[in-house]
Amino acid sequence: MSATILAGHLAASLTSTGQTPTGEAVLFWVLGPVMVLAALGLLFARKTVHAAMSVVVVMISLAILYVAQDAPFLGVVQIIVYTGAIMMLFLFVLMLVGVDASDSFTETIAGQRWIGFLLGGGLAVVLIGVVLNAADLAPKGLDAANEGGNPARIAQVIFGDYIFAMEVVGTLLVTAAVGAIVMTHRRRLTPLLGQRERAAARIARIDEGEILTPLPAPGVYAHSNALDVAALGPDGLPLDRSVPRVLRVRGQERSSDEVHADTSAVGAGPRIPTETIDTSDAPRTLTDEEEEA
Amino acid sequence: MSLVNYLVLAAILFSIGATTALLRRNAIIVFLGIELMLNASNLAFVTFSRVHGNLDGQVMAFFTMVVAAAEVVVGLAIIVTIFRTRRSASVDDVNLLKS
Repeated sequence: MSATILAGHLAASLTSTGQTPTGEAVLFWVLGPVMVLAALGLLFARKTVHAAMSVVVVMISLAILYVAQDAPFLGVVQIIVYTGAIMMLFLFVLMLVGVDASDSFTETIAGQRWIGFLLGGGLAVVLIGVVLNAADLAPKGLDAANEGGNPARIAQVIFGDYIFAMEVVGTLLVTAAVGAIVMTHRRRLTPLLGQRERAAARIARIDEGEILTPLPAPGVYAHSNALDVAALGPDGLPLDRSVPRVLRVRGQERSSDEVHADTSAVGAGPRIPTETIDTSDAPRTLTDEEEEA
Repeated sequence: MSLVNYLVLAAILFSIGATTALLRRNAIIVFLGIELMLNASNLAFVTFSRVHGNLDGQVMAFFTMVVAAAEVVVGLAIIVTIFRTRRSASVDDVNLLKS
């Protein structure tokens, strides 16, 4: 049991005057400010993820304090249940809800911020005052109660004195799980659309211009990457559908005429005599006379 | 160091959690504030268990953790359901019953 060994190292038994040993005091004064700062981070963080991470820091520090306070079982449970399960659940829900959903700090109720700070500060003052005044502590320490190992003794208490509460809590957990499933269950409002239904719907839309075949490929010209140039159909007319829809929406498609003009310009360069170029094989659009013919 | 320091720390954490629940509008952060309050009470339980020298306080803290787990499951399910219908996790937007 590394936890109990750790506890033995961190927390020797209390001194005869009920004071904690020096090591534990050092641990407390290191972790205490960290925990308070992290808790304030929860209060003031603008992004929800930062707030959740602050709470994780508080919970891990609490686990260390539990181990130092002769409660190694609770320290381990704190890490497994709280930081391991509950905070992960929080982060999952954060992912569902949207990570960047930051909180608005505009006040909807006038003066709510100051009233809230006043109430929180007042609560702190009252609680600390009660603790400082009422706690005439004569700590007994847990050395006797932890005889034979803290987890074993806790098991004896849970399954002895508190067996009924244990059963009730088990029922509560099952109920909560079922409740969460029921609450997040989504009933299907429309019938499921499968492949067969989609195919039937497309065939039913033929009269409205639905095309069942794959779209024609764009024209292929060595001159450009050709995605932007419409292919020519067997009738010599450009097929607009062959250019990707995004290019068409952006107005980036080019007609085969433009491409042909570029090629002609290259062909008319000064170094090549125009007479020797055989243009009969070059890609070109049909002239008006040829189309009419 | 006296054990009262632990109780003071628990009181401070509890107050910060309560202030968070009062001030913040994001339902998830409000929930985290409630979790912080539960954790603070757990620290007080563990400390008192040490003061009194029996393990009942630690068992109570254990039960608190279990109940908190159940509460978180249901609460987060509610938040997810509200977010689905309202597209918002702000507690201010859940005002359908208002006038």
